[in-house]
Amino acid sequence: MTLLKISGGKVVDPVHGIKGEVLDLWIRDGVIIAKPANPEETPDKVIDASGRLIMAGGVDMHCHIAGPKVNLARKMRPEDKRNARPVQRTLLTRSGTGGSVPSTFATGYLYAGLGYTTAFDAAVPPLGARHAHEELQDTPLLDKGFYVLMGNNHYALKQIAANEPGRLRDFTAWLLQASKGYAIKLVNPGGVEVWKSGGGNIHELDEQVGHFSCTPRQIIQGLAQTAMDLELPHPVHVHCNNLGLPGNWRTTLATMEALEGRRAHLTHVQFHSYGGEPDRQDLFSSKTLELAEYVNDHPNLTVDVGQVLFGNTTSMTGDGPLGYYLHKVTGGKWTNADTEMEAGCGIVPVTYREKSFVNALQWAIGLEWYLLVKDPWRVAMSTDHPNGGSFLAYPQIIQLLMDRNCRREVLKRVNPRVLERSQLWDLDREYSLEEIAIITRAGPARCLGLKNKGHLGPGADADITIYNESADIRAMFEMPWKVIKDGVVVVDQGEIREAEGGRTYYVHPEFDSAGVNDIQKWFESFYTIQFANYPVGEEYLAGGGVRSSCGSRS
Amino acid sequence: MTELKVVANATCTFCGCVCDDIELTVEGDHITKAKNACVLGKAWFLNHHVEPGPSARIRGKEVSLEEAMDEAARILTDAKFPIVYGLSDTTCEAQRVAVAIADWVGACIDTTTSVCHGPSGMAFQGVGEVTCSLGEVKNRADLVIFWGCNPAESHPRHWTRYSTMPKGLFVPRGRKDRTVVLVDVRKTKSAPAADIFLQIRPRMDFEVLWVLRALVKGLKLDPADLADTGVSLQQLEDLAGKMKSCKFGVLFFGMGLSMTRGKHLNVEAALALTRDLNDFTRFYAAPMRGHGNVTGADNVVSWQTGYPFGVHLGKGFPRFNPGEFTTTDTLARKEADAAMIIASDPMGNFSQAARDHLGTIPYIALDPKETATTAAATVAFTTATYGINVPGTVYRMDDVPIPLRAAFDSPHPSDELVLRGIEKRVRALQRASAAAR
Ligand code: SF4
Ligand SMILES: [Zn+2]
Repeated sequence: MTLLKISGGKVVDPVHGIKGEVLDLWIRDGVIIAKPANPEETPDKVIDASGRLIMAGGVDMHCHIAGPKVNLARKMRPEDKRNARPVQRTLLTRSGTGGSVPSTFATGYLYAGLGYTTAFDAAVPPLGARHAHEELQDTPLLDKGFYVLMGNNHYALKQIAANEPGRLRDFTAWLLQASKGYAIKLVNPGGVEVWKSGGGNIHELDEQVGHFSCTPRQIIQGLAQTAMDLELPHPVHVHCNNLGLPGNWRTTLATMEALEGRRAHLTHVQFHSYGGEPDRQDLFSSKTLELAEYVNDHPNLTVDVGQVLFGNTTSMTGDGPLGYYLHKVTGGKWTNADTEMEAGCGIVPVTYREKSFVNALQWAIGLEWYLLVKDPWRVAMSTDHPNGGSFLAYPQIIQLLMDRNCRREVLKRVNPRVLERSQLWDLDREYSLEEIAIITRAGPARCLGLKNKGHLGPGADADITIYNESADIRAMFEMPWKVIKDGVVVVDQGEIREAEGGRTYYVHPEFDSAGVNDIQKWFESFYTIQFANYPVGEEYLAGGGVRSSCGSRS
Repeated sequence: MTELKVVANATCTFCGCVCDDIELTVEGDHITKAKNACVLGKAWFLNHHVEPGPSARIRGKEVSLEEAMDEAARILTDAKFPIVYGLSDTTCEAQRVAVAIADWVGACIDTTTSVCHGPSGMAFQGVGEVTCSLGEVKNRADLVIFWGCNPAESHPRHWTRYSTMPKGLFVPRGRKDRTVVLVDVRKTKSAPAADIFLQIRPRMDFEVLWVLRALVKGLKLDPADLADTGVSLQQLEDLAGKMKSCKFGVLFFGMGLSMTRGKHLNVEAALALTRDLNDFTRFYAAPMRGHGNVTGADNVVSWQTGYPFGVHLGKGFPRFNPGEFTTTDTLARKEADAAMIIASDPMGNFSQAARDHLGTIPYIALDPKETATTAAATVAFTTATYGINVPGTVYRMDDVPIPLRAAFDSPHPSDELVLRGIEKRVRALQRASAAAR
């Protein structure tokens, strides 16, 4: 029983409406508690945080940090690491490589160093779940988990085509249990299966998915409903069709409408907000306003942005045809890795250039999203790491959001046509620290249904970031003064003090076991591994794992 | 009377097929039946016996596990240029600890990939790869090409489980729905099973692949350009036509491509050819990996260091350079001054120069069997066999992770347990010496 007190810091805790008041925080055994009633009780340790700013640990709800495609990207890109500062081994910590796809230990240290204590990988094919879990075990200092790719899963598509919502629900629950995943992920629903069946893609919500008698619209509706029926802590997580294509905003809007009020999270919306027409780059424009207005009016929706930053990075996606498209754009190396019955994958190195009209407009569209969604609880910080840029760019984005002059300086430098095609220059809004705390921890935690994260009230996990208050916002967020995970100081002024910790979060929704026979019959006809060898055991869960409950959502 | 036990869904780790449908019958510490296994797999399971000797020896003398782990840790921490090598025949759980030790002591970490498909890894870095899990092949492939490999003898169940025979979703008649092509420099035992066999001249793989690229792109070639290749323009035009018109094609390549003249250039040509074909249809490439968990080794070394093999950690961070940091080279150049060899037998199969040097430096060896390498080791551990005595994870050749089930206990410790003991001691020694400074 250790009692820790953090005294005198300015606390920013939007969940409890605390906006920078000087408050003491009390922590017992890794959990935040109310001030002990007994005045005799003295803390075992006091951290004097006077003059500093305190927030809950950051929560990244959409990044790519573990599993098959991430590791393929590591293998494919030695040059990416040669240009990045490596992570040095110390007596306490492992060495690693940086760049757009850091090695696992480096990923944990870098996130922690940034004040982030939770991160979820957004796209794991269930057949590769065991791999993702192994990597997460080697990604220290973070609580973590992943979303399970389902939008092109054959069994799911079959049940949707047959209008069997009960079977779809049982299968989803079975699959989440088997993979020890956290949420349902759709990636280009139906389009990846078309790509795997001879090439091509899907462009309309009502197009048939090749040999399945169902459409993207039905997949979206079916799995959004399933997530709600199973009362999963996180709603369906949607990467819409037509990512990156001019004119795709119509598809994005149609997807939002297709949800018909069901809860859903639309991810990296920046990549889905483009006006214009395919093959007419000159017509490329921002449609953020139209889409953000729809989001503003529909509280069933949340989004994360997928901000683009200028520089070189790696595009990695479950959207196989997108990988091919990007390869055709760059002409460079390309990896595609398709998973039987389940999913696709594309990996391509990309560079976003200031002088490129398209890239600069993508940058502007991302910022527009943050600024045009009125309710910060429904827009989460993301770069879709590493697709738009590294998570290490979050402080830079925070600065751009808090300082309109700063973003106007960039606008003066980039391709001038951006000024005509976006309204970023005219957006005066500047984020407050409370709003930053919402989009970087409180909001994503709420959206993920993580009740003990994203806030500093009694019962919360003692994942806490203490910043040096500074007028230099970017510097302030780049190097927190101290980062505390489960009540232990893990980072002190940029130095890792504790190298282990972090648990894997997963769900375990119940299902009717009568449905398993049919699943097994299907599985045994088409898969190449044994049904009994498919489910991931508990020994693969980092830190013993945390089972998030289904059905307790308020 | 020994108890009879049946282990269903056991996994064979003898080759990269990693068949996980084996049913083992176990009597005491012997496996008496291995249902579903091929000849190689049956031999792997049925011939398995527990080494009678001690679990740990120092310079040939039996010692306790603790003494041996102490000595191993001392050797590794005292060294200026230690190397860690092998890894392809053990679990990912053990591999992860091996890379950790290499990191703590600043070693070169390298795996048997560097002597089989290392060039394929390098080609991957140049071109990328359009690939898929083996179930995609089973369910969709109507054109299957094997190049520079001999699955009939090295991966006996590849055909029946994954690539040519199985009935799949879009190839319901199995073999009848597929065209199978074999390209090799010799007529191997695999040839009779192919619909088309192209025997090319040795060392002409790159040229033939490059001609195919040109043909796929629609370029006109002069038959005389192919004079030295052993195949005719017409044969290759026919093959290029089949490649473009199939629905789902796949090219499996073996060490006949990655380890012959041209090495990584050959594989780059194969990867570029299969990539190009995606402008016409879906076409994939995949290496035929040999050892049971060599693919796991690639994955573990990559996620922990960022690079797949041949990684130098001596400067306190990972650096990658095949040819410089690969084990045959660090030994032959006499750079390594200590080594830890895990589940591999370099004393049995490395070059004379590499073996000569390994014989002069202190080294640690972990292996379930007595080998030339364990026999000459300073510290030798006899360990339990993965997939027979030890559960854990292995990666099939297509990167699919598969669990292992133990059939019976071994009196010997697992690689993982020994490595964890060494890691703990290495770290204690390092902390003590840091405190003394
Ligand atoms: S094909 Fe390979 S893995 Fe399968 S049983 Fe034979 S030796 Fe074992
Ligand atoms: Zn993403």
